[in-house]
Amino acid sequence: MQRIEAVNDFVIRFANVNGTGSASANNMFAKAVFRMGIPVSPKNIFPSNIQGLPTWYEVRVSEKGYLGSRGGVDFMVAVNPQSMQQDVDCVEPGGYFFYDNTKPLDIRYQRSDVNYIGIPLTDICRREYADPKQRQLFKNVIYVGALSALLDLEFGVLKDLVAEQFKGKEKLVAPNIHALELGYQYAVENFKCPLSVRLERRDAVGEKILMEGNAAIGLGAIYGGATVAAWYPITPSTSVVEAYEKYANRLRIDPGSGDKKFAIAQAEDELAAMGMVVGAAWNGARAFTATSGPGVSLMSEFLGLAYFAEVPVVLVDVQRAGPSTGMPTRTQQSDLFAAAYASHGDTKHILLFPADPKECFDMAAQSFELADQLQTPIIIMTDLDLGMNDNMSEPLEWDDSKNYDRGKVFTAEQLDAMKERFGRYLDIDGDGICYRTYPGTHPEKGAFFTRGTSRDEYAIYTESSDAYVANMERLLRKFETAKSYVPAPEFIPAAESTKDGIIFFGTSTAAALEAMDMLAANGTHLDGMRVRSFPFNKEVEDFIAAHDRVFVVEQNRDGQLRKMLIVECDIDPKKLLSVRYYGGMPITARHITSQIHQLKGGATVTKIRRKAG
Amino acid sequence: MSYIRPNFRHPELATNELGYSRRDYEGSLSTLCAGCGHDSISAAIIQACFENAVPPHKVAKISGIGCSSKTPTYFLNKSHGFNSVHGRMPSVATGANLANRDMIYIGVSGDGDSASIGFGQFAHVTRRNLNMLYIVENNGCYGLTKGQDSATADVGSASKKGVPNPYEPIDLCTTALQMGATFVARSFSGDKAQLVPLIKAAIAHRGFAFIDVISPCVTFNNTAKSTKGYEFIRDHMAATGKMDFVPVRQEITADYTPGFTQEITLHDGSVIHLYKQDAKLLATDRDSALRAVQEHKARGEVLTGLLYIEPDDPDFHEIQATVKKPLRDLDASDLCPGQRALEAINSNLR
Repeated sequence: MQRIEAVNDFVIRFANVNGTGSASANNMFAKAVFRMGIPVSPKNIFPSNIQGLPTWYEVRVSEKGYLGSRGGVDFMVAVNPQSMQQDVDCVEPGGYFFYDNTKPLDIRYQRSDVNYIGIPLTDICRREYADPKQRQLFKNVIYVGALSALLDLEFGVLKDLVAEQFKGKEKLVAPNIHALELGYQYAVENFKCPLSVRLERRDAVGEKILMEGNAAIGLGAIYGGATVAAWYPITPSTSVVEAYEKYANRLRIDPGSGDKKFAIAQAEDELAAMGMVVGAAWNGARAFTATSGPGVSLMSEFLGLAYFAEVPVVLVDVQRAGPSTGMPTRTQQSDLFAAAYASHGDTKHILLFPADPKECFDMAAQSFELADQLQTPIIIMTDLDLGMNDNMSEPLEWDDSKNYDRGKVFTAEQLDAMKERFGRYLDIDGDGICYRTYPGTHPEKGAFFTRGTSRDEYAIYTESSDAYVANMERLLRKFETAKSYVPAPEFIPAAESTKDGIIFFGTSTAAALEAMDMLAANGTHLDGMRVRSFPFNKEVEDFIAAHDRVFVVEQNRDGQLRKMLIVECDIDPKKLLSVRYYGGMPITARHITSQIHQLKGGATVTKIRRKAG
Repeated sequence: MSYIRPNFRHPELATNELGYSRRDYEGSLSTLCAGCGHDSISAAIIQACFENAVPPHKVAKISGIGCSSKTPTYFLNKSHGFNSVHGRMPSVATGANLANRDMIYIGVSGDGDSASIGFGQFAHVTRRNLNMLYIVENNGCYGLTKGQDSATADVGSASKKGVPNPYEPIDLCTTALQMGATFVARSFSGDKAQLVPLIKAAIAHRGFAFIDVISPCVTFNNTAKSTKGYEFIRDHMAATGKMDFVPVRQEITADYTPGFTQEITLHDGSVIHLYKQDAKLLATDRDSALRAVQEHKARGEVLTGLLYIEPDDPDFHEIQATVKKPLRDLDASDLCPGQRALEAINSNLR
């Protein structure tokens, strides 16, 4: 029978039941591959459920460092009878199907083009453990042990990981290693190990780390000086504030008193969460909240206020599949419109698009600088894929010489020296950014009234059309200024000169980069541009101008980034070709290449017709 | 529109211990209807802040939307103010307070703002015992949108439109009591003698101080059939007693019948001296307060005065165990753990 031959280049998927303790065993597998110096990209595919429903964990192993989802499965570890049919169906021809053969496999699950690896997990557990809970937990460890033999996953690396995992609970180390050995022994005795799909130690990881994007954002908020976090729980953003709290409890405790140099308020809803952030930021603290699409809808009211009253707030939007409750545990990049133009009236907000944990960390810290500098909401647009999965990334870095830039804030001394009347909304520097004062700064000077109603340059309520329009125009001027503050795009030139370009952002990046390589191998060269922020920098406009056609890759139905580019940069819609996948699983290079082939095919036909006419 | 008052000061105006005159606590000229109860409340806030010798710039005034929420413009011009969005004053005040625990927070809201659109936020800020004064200027109607009934309108009460309200009212004082407020009072905008000491005590109270002030809407809800009009309140008002607020270090001189007097020492050392109408009423007993409000209501009366106080419960900052220094005054050296800590984190992620 045909067998897939692959060294350090395959996809393995674990099919488990939610709530059975499989996550830590699966994580250990991914981390062990990573420790062997081989790039990995693990992804949780989980239900909106706490216990009982099917859940999957997929690890792409890629020596070349392709971190996007690939599609297809080469090696299936099927330990969930509920999902057996679909688990068999998604194995690539020549791939492997690992299952518990304590009971014979149902004939329906037998394919002639798949290699079956049966290991009696239930039997082994029944023999070894009396406690039903242990039977369930160790079953997971046993299959990892078996995989060690089958795939040549170094056993010593697994042993080290077990020792680290149970640091402080040393009693648990030996039983876990024993369980690993049970699986290992059975595999060695019953199969020719390793299989044709296997691992080999490499040095392709360097100093890189494996981290969840949400944890990196929580940590970035600590480094960026956030002292107030207000939030309401919602998947997939919850772990942002949880990480902030975890790191703050370690890094932000006053050594003398034991008191906290931070405050966390779990609000009654997302409206209140954003209200608290607005109040804290208005009063001079760096403050943030994290939510997902449904929360953005609720926060829109306050985002409009923060835009108009010019309060520097930070919002982390960990996107999931919408609209409405949508698919709460699936990923998408579909909140661009909702975030960029949140709230009624003419509003525009600054968006940042991180693509990996290091950028999550950097942009989280930077968002507080930008918010203070620009006195407006900054929205970090991440998603479930980046936020809740371990992503391989360059290590985190911090420049210790850096101090916080709190933007244009008048101190008591500056107010003392001031001869003229203080005007909160006076555009002294001509860049649209005005000077503010923190409450309580000066006994006599600098007090003003913040409001969501129209006001003059001295913050006095007015219904004058001229004053209103002047203020709205100044806000536009400020948005123009923002283009030079926000992160610049990344340019990825093609190997050969080309008039075709491809634009992508955030979690579409890994798949897009891989697609560029696949297309180039077939002679289609594309210049790439990774957009990192909105408003779009001038480099983005120049890139589009320099190409005849540009593919815009994104994970939503309506091509939201493409439409924003068309509208905001005034671009001929025909020039921007939409490449989309929005099924809730991460986009793959295969999705991108097949759509680009189709789009290119269509374009060729049109040209021939024109010539004929 | 709001207008700025002239800067002229009479040289012999009385000053408080900080050297401020009453005029230093004033705001812009009110644009509310002539005779509006809310203007009396603004005057009472000015008087209370002056008498308490509060540094004006150490106050933050925060409001939602509505007639009541406009009033922070009309007092304490030296304070920063924030006229936020409808029903959301509590969350803005919560954030502001977390940022700087060293200021005094005065939240002004209305019955539409607190009993309807912001009922959830009102309940939750109460639960957190946020250190603030929360005043509801309660007129039983929506003034700015021309007189619709609000959720505090009593059954059968009729505004200018003349249609009796059929729905059960929300009593904000009993709600506050049930949600765990540590200072609850009710008053009437027309009774300055009662209102000023209540505001003074509420400002001195550490924790969540709630005052529901019945404040008639002269334009839309001051009819003979309204239970929130001047006439009805004057005729049906009962008081828990007379109250003195005695700031720190001042001697108590008044002498009242024993058994009817209750003394409560606040966290900052100031004292509330309560001369009760009813010996049974105990201002530090939540159940007694709830019962008293209900009993008076059953008799068709509006019970005013200090209803309940618990001076020693931890406020939101103490519950959170935040540092004593205002969070907003911490800088990078306090907040940023630096590259070395990051290296340790990196190595744990490999």
